Amino acid sequence: MELNALTAHELIDLLSKKDISPIDICNSIISKIEKQEKSLNALAHFDKEKALERCKNLKESVNKGGLWGIPIFIKDNISVKDELTTCSSKILKGFKPPYNATVIEKLIDIGAVLMGKTNMDEFAFGSSTETSCYGPTRNPWDLERIPGGSSGGSAAAVSADEAIFALGSDTGGSIRQPASLSGVVGLKPTYGRVSRYGLIAFASSLDQIGPITKDVEDAAILLKAISGHDEMDSTSADMPVSDYVSNVKKGIKGLKIGIPKEYFIEGVDKEVKDSIKLAIEELEKLGAVCEDTSLPHTEYAVSVYYLVATAEASSNLARFDGVQYGLRAENITSIIDMYKKTRKEGFGDEAKRRIILGTFALSSGYYDAYYSKALKVRTLIKMDFDSAFEKFDAIVTPTSPTAAFKIGEKISDPLTMYLSDIFTISANLAGIPGISIPCGFTKNNLPIGLQILGKPFDEETILKIAWNYEQNTEWHKRKPMNSHII
Amino acid sequence: MAINRDTVKYTANLARIELSDKELEHFTGQLDRILAYVDKLNTLNVANLEPTSHVLDMKNVYRDDVVKKSLPVADVIKNAPSKENNLFKVPKIIET
Repeated sequence: MELNALTAHELIDLLSKKDISPIDICNSIISKIEKQEKSLNALAHFDKEKALERCKNLKESVNKGGLWGIPIFIKDNISVKDELTTCSSKILKGFKPPYNATVIEKLIDIGAVLMGKTNMDEFAFGSSTETSCYGPTRNPWDLERIPGGSSGGSAAAVSADEAIFALGSDTGGSIRQPASLSGVVGLKPTYGRVSRYGLIAFASSLDQIGPITKDVEDAAILLKAISGHDEMDSTSADMPVSDYVSNVKKGIKGLKIGIPKEYFIEGVDKEVKDSIKLAIEELEKLGAVCEDTSLPHTEYAVSVYYLVATAEASSNLARFDGVQYGLRAENITSIIDMYKKTRKEGFGDEAKRRIILGTFALSSGYYDAYYSKALKVRTLIKMDFDSAFEKFDAIVTPTSPTAAFKIGEKISDPLTMYLSDIFTISANLAGIPGISIPCGFTKNNLPIGLQILGKPFDEETILKIAWNYEQNTEWHKRKPMNSHII
Repeated sequence: MAINRDTVKYTANLARIELSDKELEHFTGQLDRILAYVDKLNTLNVANLEPTSHVLDMKNVYRDDVVKKSLPVADVIKNAPSKENNLFKVPKIIET
């Protein structure tokens, strides 16, 4: 098999035996990108000379036990010093941050090789990677379909072997849903587990950075690499980070798993339901005890999310005004005119819609009816999980109600697009960790994802369940038949 | 209707986004549908609930007040579309 098709842990083994060099891996990735990136459009910024240069400059002295020599792609909303970081938005055209995000510092410290930036929905506003100013990313399993979003570039790159693994960010499902739709593993850590310093903020009470990988072991490796308290992010939690990689390889006999009935409603594809049911049977065979449960306020999650997340976004995105960075409109008559024209030209439709919706929810006269009410219902959603986790170690659901939809299918109808996040949003509102892993395919050969949700700061249990399931199934080994890409 | 054209226009101005007539028309319909959907929150009684603005069990985060090295001004300002003498340059903001 080509090196680009391997996992990080497989490459770490090969590197330690000195069978291969970091340059070999880098070259293998580059040749894959050159072959198929035109069809996929998974990358926002990639410069192969720079990637090779970084590889050549790797210091031998860096601890080789970490990610030494392993290439990684980064979502375009995570700051990399002196490299384009644009959130796939015209308003950040040309922006090169003067500092690294904490996760980037951590990766460089253990020898990972930064390859480039992945495409995304503009400012992570979307579930399909269609709102990017660089055009849509295509799903490697079917180029007519979306890869999910907003971390669709990261998911597609990993799925199509343009990347070994990648970082994404998840505000309402933006790691898990594209992982599900592209047939890879995606993990959203507990809120506070990973520093958000240097992540360009969308909704500060919901955003988390996390791994998108080819298997569960790589997700454990990458989570370990980026987790931990950071004084630069006052919402990062001072909680111990466990050794995920060795701890996940333990059995799940006797673990209690809840199956919430609200995730098997009308509107969920039968093929998705059937795959999830089979996955639950598999978990029972492995010794887990699965029982029906209820998260009664699930149906309110989308409403709460699209008020809370847009309110926070409207405030966070106020900084894009043509003064400090990025685009500034020309032919302006006053400072207010500069703000308004810059934001008119710089933001795409979905960004404008969300900023206006969030501004409305926060505005005098509507604050109590919308924003304040949403925060109170958020309390109910969190309480649903608190009481479920008194009884269960984890909760298992579909990640997405359907497999990947067609490009253009939902883009003109925002509400329909928002409803595609229906099963991933609650985890962000409650701040809990969640992982999506491949658990089957539709008859059209489109991937289906299983979502496992866990208690706050208990990534270990959901990784353990995911790893055990993966060891006993073959779904994650399937590769997209991408002869049609070339 | 949960929202009308005038309110969208007013709100867009608060958000400092200029909208064309076509965008205004388009967004009004879409936002109205979204707000009609979120109206389902009104079926819940939230009178005795505390709001959750943040899930972590933390209040103030303190640190020692010590001077640390910060980024060079030239680095911080290098992305500005217009600058002069290490300052951000903007159109006139005070009328004379």
